[in-house]
Order: sequence, then structure tokens, then C-alpha cells
Amino acid sequence: METTAHIDFIAASYASAVIIIGALIAWVSLDYRAQRRTLADLELQGFTRGSGTAPTNRTSDHAKEAAKEQA
Amino acid sequence: MNLSDLANPSRFLQLANNTIPWLSGVTVLAFAFGIDQAMIAPDDYQQGATVKIMFLHVPSAWLGMLGWGVMTVAALGTLVWRHPLADVTAKAAAPIGAAFTLLCLVTGSLWGRPEWGTYWVWDARLTSELVLLLLYLGVIALWRTVDDPSRAARAAAILTLVGAIDLPIIKFSVDWWNTLHQGASVFRLGGSTIYPTILIPLFVMAGAFTLLFATLLLAAMRNEILRRRVRTLHLLQAGAAS
Repeated sequence: METTAHIDFIAASYASAVIIIGALIAWVSLDYRAQRRTLADLELQGFTRGSGTAPTNRTSDHAKEAAKEQA
Repeated sequence: MNLSDLANPSRFLQLANNTIPWLSGVTVLAFAFGIDQAMIAPDDYQQGATVKIMFLHVPSAWLGMLGWGVMTVAALGTLVWRHPLADVTAKAAAPIGAAFTLLCLVTGSLWGRPEWGTYWVWDARLTSELVLLLLYLGVIALWRTVDDPSRAARAAAILTLVGAIDLPIIKFSVDWWNTLHQGASVFRLGGSTIYPTILIPLFVMAGAFTLLFATLLLAAMRNEILRRRVRTLHLLQAGAAS
């Protein structure tokens, strides 16, 4: 059988792999950026882990990194 | 560093941050090599060029089952050992396993049409694989339905343990029932029936897929830990506002 036989099914399989795996990678990457951004925003407002209920003036590593990225 | 150190989410985050870039690089190299090997592999004497679909279909099937296997171990970690990262692992693995299972079903259908003359048949192997996808979707829905992560973790762990029954059914379905899907040809008593020129690229691609799975799992676990920190801070914020 020639290599070109059923090439459309082979191409569709590899295309579906690119789409599904690409979507998975994009979801994980975008989710990471979203979580980091939200965490940095909250920490810039003074809400840090272990800070109890009151906002503090402490600036965490996440917030510092986010400030650097914005600069 | 030992296993108990990984129970600390902060240590785990540090490990993930250090590991993910390297693992990503190795995964890209493994895929480059694997796809090269898959493309130069000879056509099968019966199936012709469609055997190239196998290099995607078989690894994604293995990874779909591995994903549920990881979740099963994590479910035991949640219910028996109460390991702090067990439910994080289970929640992170579900969408990844679901994606690989979906890829297995899609590529299987695209392989089935030219070989069997149909995209789908309700035989035991295909149906049990579809059940695995539905189980994944059920667990993901469960995680999203229950707000409290610890309650959601216990419910998801029970569903995961029940769903683990599907794994041996998938594996042995081709032996227990008369199926259109072919029998085991890689891991079987008496050795593989696949010629090395096709079997070696298959193992290379399986290795690349496994590296991808590990990278994505680490990254998704890191996201889940950050999501829980965000949740804690939102609760603090709500408490401060009230």
C-alpha cells in the first residue's frame, strides 16, 4: 500500500493531537498566569498567607515579581 | 529531599518551579525525535500508512489509563493517608487524563474508518474507553460542584476508586469478549507481534507522551496549589470587608 493512501485520516489524526494537546498546554499556561496575577493583586492589597484578617504592608515574592513585570 | 518533604506545598512549588522548565525542554526533544522516528517508520504490510496513527493512538490510550491510575493512588492518599498533596494530584490529573482519553477515541475513530469501514462500533474495548472518558468528566464535574475542596476531594476519591474497575475491563476487554478491536499486540505473553521498525518508534512516542503527561501534571498541580492560596486570601479579604 502506498504511503499516500488514507493520508487524510492520518493528517486528521495528527491535527486532532495538535489541537487537543495544544488546548491542554494553553489551558495550563493561562491558568498559571491567571492564578499568579490574582495572588499578586491580593498580596499587593496586603492580604498574605498568615496575615490573619488584617491587610499588612508586607510584600511577598509574588507581588514583587508582579510589580517587576509591570515595570 | 524525600517524599515527606513533598507534603509541604511550598516545597513542592519550589520543586515544580525548578523542574518544569527542564522537563518541558526534554519533552520537546523527545517529541521531535519520536515524530521523526514515526515519520520514517515503514508502512505496515497490511494496514499501510495508517499505522502512523498508532504512534498517537496507543500512547494516548496508555496515558488515559495512567491518568486514572494516578488518580486512584491519589484517592487512596486522600482517604487513607490524608496526604496534603493527594487531592491536589487527583484534581490536576483529571483534565489531563480526560484529554488523552479523548485523543485516544478521536484517533481510534480516524484509524477505524479506513481499516474497519466504520468510525465507531459498540464493542467492549471502544465502549469501556468511552466509559473512562465519561468517568473523567464526572469527576471534573464533581470537583466543580462542591465548593469546599476537602469535601469535594473525598467525594471525588470515592468515585475514582469505583471507576478504577474500568481499567482492567479496558485492558482485558479484547480477551474477555469478541471485539472488532484487535487483541493485545505490544504487551502480551510470547512477546510483541509488532516488528521492531514500528515498535521502537512507538516506544519513543510513548516516552514523549509520558514526559508530556508528567510536565502537565506538575504544572497543573502548581496551579491548583496557587488556586487554593487565592481562595484562602479571598476568604481573608471577605472577612476583612465584613
